[in-house]
Amino acid sequence: MLQQLLTAAITIGIGIAAAFAYFYGSNILIDRMFPGSVPGDRGTRNIRIASAIRPWLFLFPAIFALTLYLVYPVIDSIWLSFHGPSGVKWVGLKNYIWFANNGTIHEALFNNFLWLLVVPAASTFFGLIVAALTDRIFWGNIAKSLIFMPMAISFVGATVIWKFVYDYRGPGQTQIGLLNAVVTWFGGSPQAWITLPFWNNFFLMVILIWIQTGFAMVILSAALRGIPEETIEAAVLDGANGLQIFFRIMVPQIWATIAVVWTTITITVLKVFDIVYAMTNGQWNTDVLANEMYTWMFEGGGDFGRGATIALIIMLLVVPIMVWNIRNANREMGGH
Amino acid sequence: MLSIGGRKSPLIWAVHLSVLLLVVIWTIPTAGLFITSFRTADQISVSGWWTALSSSERNAVARTPDASTAKEVNGKYVVTGNVLQSGGSVAKFGWSSLHPTQYDVGQVAQLRDGTTLTVAKDGTYQWANDKPFSGTRRIFFTAKTPPSFTLDNYVHVLTANGMLRAFINSLTVAVPATVIPILIAAYAAFALAWMQFPGRSLLIAIVVGLLVVPLQMSLIPLLTLYNAIGHATVVPDSSLMGHVLTISGLGLHSDDGKMIGINPKSYLGIWLAHTGFGLPLAIYLLRNYMVGLPREIIESSRVDGATDFQIFRKIILPLSFPALASFAIFQFLWTWNDLLVATVFLSHQQDSLVMTGKLKDLLGSHGGDWEILAASAFISISVPLLVFFALQKYLVRGLLAGSVK
Repeated sequence: MLQQLLTAAITIGIGIAAAFAYFYGSNILIDRMFPGSVPGDRGTRNIRIASAIRPWLFLFPAIFALTLYLVYPVIDSIWLSFHGPSGVKWVGLKNYIWFANNGTIHEALFNNFLWLLVVPAASTFFGLIVAALTDRIFWGNIAKSLIFMPMAISFVGATVIWKFVYDYRGPGQTQIGLLNAVVTWFGGSPQAWITLPFWNNFFLMVILIWIQTGFAMVILSAALRGIPEETIEAAVLDGANGLQIFFRIMVPQIWATIAVVWTTITITVLKVFDIVYAMTNGQWNTDVLANEMYTWMFEGGGDFGRGATIALIIMLLVVPIMVWNIRNANREMGGH
Repeated sequence: MLSIGGRKSPLIWAVHLSVLLLVVIWTIPTAGLFITSFRTADQISVSGWWTALSSSERNAVARTPDASTAKEVNGKYVVTGNVLQSGGSVAKFGWSSLHPTQYDVGQVAQLRDGTTLTVAKDGTYQWANDKPFSGTRRIFFTAKTPPSFTLDNYVHVLTANGMLRAFINSLTVAVPATVIPILIAAYAAFALAWMQFPGRSLLIAIVVGLLVVPLQMSLIPLLTLYNAIGHATVVPDSSLMGHVLTISGLGLHSDDGKMIGINPKSYLGIWLAHTGFGLPLAIYLLRNYMVGLPREIIESSRVDGATDFQIFRKIILPLSFPALASFAIFQFLWTWNDLLVATVFLSHQQDSLVMTGKLKDLLGSHGGDWEILAASAFISISVPLLVFFALQKYLVRGLLAGSVK
């Protein structure tokens, strides 16, 4: 036990120390190699050389990591998607044809489509409601903090939490899952929610909505506060009621932010993996693309070609939304 | 919102109620897990967690010892004892299985054979007769058990279940995977914000462009690369570094179908992976923040002869603290909560699992061991929750910087 802790501490220490050592060390090195304190032309020339090299010293680890972990994988994935299971044999478009015709993939695509339809809309909706309502009550900050809390919980942790909610016991037995307890209390019959075809997708989505609402709320709440008071006061003077003010005055002014929230959650949904993987692993018709990708990559021997093809397609779906988002953000910042 | 302009509307109560309802819906699942984690396996399987706070009633039966052991008290022969094995109290009792709750506690029941039976609230009973008698008798009773909670699940999970090991593993992954990218990103962001060199705007564009790459993309290429490196280098096992940085685990099939001997699934590998995946956002956020710092301070210290390194350490870093803190929280939550990267880049052996991987295993293999699952899950989410409640301000600030501005 103590040894484990010690090993962990040493490992952490080495990792962090190495990173610090690079920046300090390289900086000292360059000052030694090109000392600016030398008199005359050589001194100024040294300073010029040092300041030409220094940015690259500062940038080198970042460029290295970005190239290795993001640029290279994109290129390699494109290459792999044209190759067979072990990444050696050229198969042309076979993986893409397989993708277009495979039944499981169609099911995953359909489910992904459902997720895209429901989760961003529901999260943004609840986020907006909470942001608007909590702004005017004295315990609003506590309420916000509690609704924001699931953001900190891992997808797997959230899955465990909701597994307890969805738990199913046969009819007549005491239900220990909250949802079935409520259903039987109202006189309904208990259901095995997670294996209920088609609808089980929605019970998985609830988990992500539960997590993402806090995110939507925080951002929309800031946007609502940014609305100029005068526009609201003018509406009040004109006799508008609360709902009219909200839907006709406030919401139109924060459309841009709503769009950002919506698209950001859309990207999260496209990549959703953990919830499905941990709750059903794609059984009972709940498969999604990211889980399919994982299955093809790492389970049952793996097929790198097909896995890479699915990964590429997920990226192609994400890119347009992301580009739109970044351009939006840059425009709002005044083009930094 | 409905009381805009200072008007007190009766609708404000509707607002209070709806917010309360939403808050309850949002917190109840977590509360359920929390309460469940303090209940015994038996309690969990017979009743919902929401019953844990009130005392529960159960019907039970006890048997008296043989009446020949009765003691003579004031001319009566009395058998005494207690129907309750553990704590609690008795509400009702009876002597026949047809009417198990016929009498309230304290009442004296006249039995058919001429004996009397009485059970007190604390469970003690007296079975009495005027003359010596024999035989035993069953006592039916309704026991009330007060709410009881136990720490046993936590003790079990931490000592026997390997959760403590997983906890340490998670920390070993998450702490450097948070510090290293921040350090690298801070230097890069400073260079991109305040240093002059050719190709600067191109680099900025590339960093922004890399924001779109989903990390799923990187898994196969990196794993193949790691395997190639693992194949090529022999890490000395005897040295400390070898112990620390390599973890033996599952081999992967190489192209020719052979197992690759040395496993590249190490902490170093996963730190660097998290670093790579976190960098675009980190550089993007930090650069945007640093660009906004007042130009005069930086220029005047340049005039005073400060080097770039000094400017960075003494001026930029302290001033950028809010942005650094925001990103640090994000990255920590992300690396602590991550399942995918850990599943791919760390071995699946029990002693190198992180908490999320451990939870996933528990979900799959012992879906029925609720008490273990609940306690493990709560340990795993307690760290992010702690970070969340302590540093919420920075988290909110970071979110706003990341998506709106």
